[in-house]
Amino acid sequence: MKILSRIYIALIILFLYAPIAVMVLFSFNSSSSVWVFEGFSAKWYSELAMDDSMLTALRHTLIIAALSAVISTVLGTAAAVGISAMRNRIAKKLVMSVTQIPMMNADIVTGISLMLLFIFIGRLIGLREYLGFHTVLIAHITFNLPYVILSILPKLRQLDPHLSEAALDLGCTPLKAFFKVVVPSISTGIVTGFIMAFTLSLDDFVISQFTYGTYQTLPTFIYSMTKRSVKPDVYALSTIIFVTVFVLLILYNILQSKSEKKRTETKSY
Amino acid sequence: MNKKSFGDRLVAAPYLVWSAIFIIVPLLIMVYFALTDANGVFTLSNFSQIGRYKKAFGVSILYAAAATVITLLLSYPTAYFMTKLKVSSQRMLFMIVMIPMWMNFLIRTYSWVTILEDNGLINSFLRSIGLLELLNVDNLRLIRTPGAVILGMVYDFIPFMILPIYSVMSKIDKSLLEAAEDLGSDSLSKFRRVIFPLSQPGVISGITMVFVPSVSTFYISKMLGDKTTLIGDSIEFLFTALEPDYNVGSAISLLLMLMILVCMFIMNRFSDNEGGGVLM
Repeated sequence: MKILSRIYIALIILFLYAPIAVMVLFSFNSSSSVWVFEGFSAKWYSELAMDDSMLTALRHTLIIAALSAVISTVLGTAAAVGISAMRNRIAKKLVMSVTQIPMMNADIVTGISLMLLFIFIGRLIGLREYLGFHTVLIAHITFNLPYVILSILPKLRQLDPHLSEAALDLGCTPLKAFFKVVVPSISTGIVTGFIMAFTLSLDDFVISQFTYGTYQTLPTFIYSMTKRSVKPDVYALSTIIFVTVFVLLILYNILQSKSEKKRTETKSY
Repeated sequence: MNKKSFGDRLVAAPYLVWSAIFIIVPLLIMVYFALTDANGVFTLSNFSQIGRYKKAFGVSILYAAAATVITLLLSYPTAYFMTKLKVSSQRMLFMIVMIPMWMNFLIRTYSWVTILEDNGLINSFLRSIGLLELLNVDNLRLIRTPGAVILGMVYDFIPFMILPIYSVMSKIDKSLLEAAEDLGSDSLSKFRRVIFPLSQPGVISGITMVFVPSVSTFYISKMLGDKTTLIGDSIEFLFTALEPDYNVGSAISLLLMLMILVCMFIMNRFSDNEGGGVLM
């Protein structure tokens, strides 16, 4: 039974990683084919360094991810604090339901509804080129916000309300009390929310597809490429991203289990 | 004290304004487009054109349902076996399942083309071991089939099924299992009466997280599918074509949204009843 379950898990991992292995392999292909492997070469990596349109798309993706993550974390933290202070239960429930709409709805519906809003506003003020940097950024902040809010709210629920009252009694201004008492106790929620927002934004294709206009991000760039022909340097870029993520996560994992080991060791003394 | 909590509530104001403008208003505008023609005159004719998209709706639901069932059947044992491992291996596996989600969906889906092509990796392998000759065919038809589209859906969304089921299962209180053992349960009835009912919330969220993106996808069918259009393909076409039809597109999107809402409502009802049954 134990062996069977190990084999089963190994097969699932094989299924998850087979396409990634193919991608890594063909990033080293010496020909421009993504079908036939003709021999090893690193030329697609040097080709990538000169592929301006792809690097521009990558830069756009990183800018949008960073900006939308920062803005949605700030807005979302304030929102979570405000929502948890709401007394009216019906209003609170209503706000929470609206918050969940972008998470529950199909991405394509969120994407086209935002596109229609931008078209509508564009028509009102008589603009032709209404889709671009601003619209992608707004769209990304909008779908990031629920994830930020929902990762902070549980932390606020665990927070002792007397703590910030004590800070106020000891002479803190409300703002100072917030940053000295509330923020440190919900910081893990804020960090989780920020990381989620950043990765969701990096990965988003469907919503960007309907709102990017002239500001192409990496996923929309790759999509338009798969409609024509795929150049293996996109495999090279994906391989670099894959290796980076993989190394970072493994390191994080090792560090975490090390610090846990230390903690249990000191506990046992 | 009262003043302070009023100030606390006020900090939500920017978000409330934001969500009104960018969540609620866009949906209202979608309804407006669905109920008007190109000149902004009220009409129901957009909905009368839905008949043309009946097949796309049907095929999308069928494919997404098949993908969801297969994903669940593959993920449930995975999550269960994961909980049986050492804690450090569990965490490592959790990461291994999560890493593909950081990679671009489109590129990973596109890699399947290389694997499934008529001259792709699987067919070349079968040819080299002589199986294709044995079957007397040039190649197996793998790509541009309904199966390939469903495979793409399963592949793209399987982490969204494994991870929630695993999270719920790994939090099951071990003392419940011990209690079941003390009361004479064998491992089968322990699974059937303790683990399975308690893992329901993970299953429910996994099902919605796989079904919703599958039923509304458009890139998977474009890369791996035959000429069959899914409803996502139709919507994408109506909105990004050279001469877009926002009105019919909005009507279809509205229906898709309502359909997803109904499905989720039924799912939640179903899970509530199950929960009640467990408590008794």
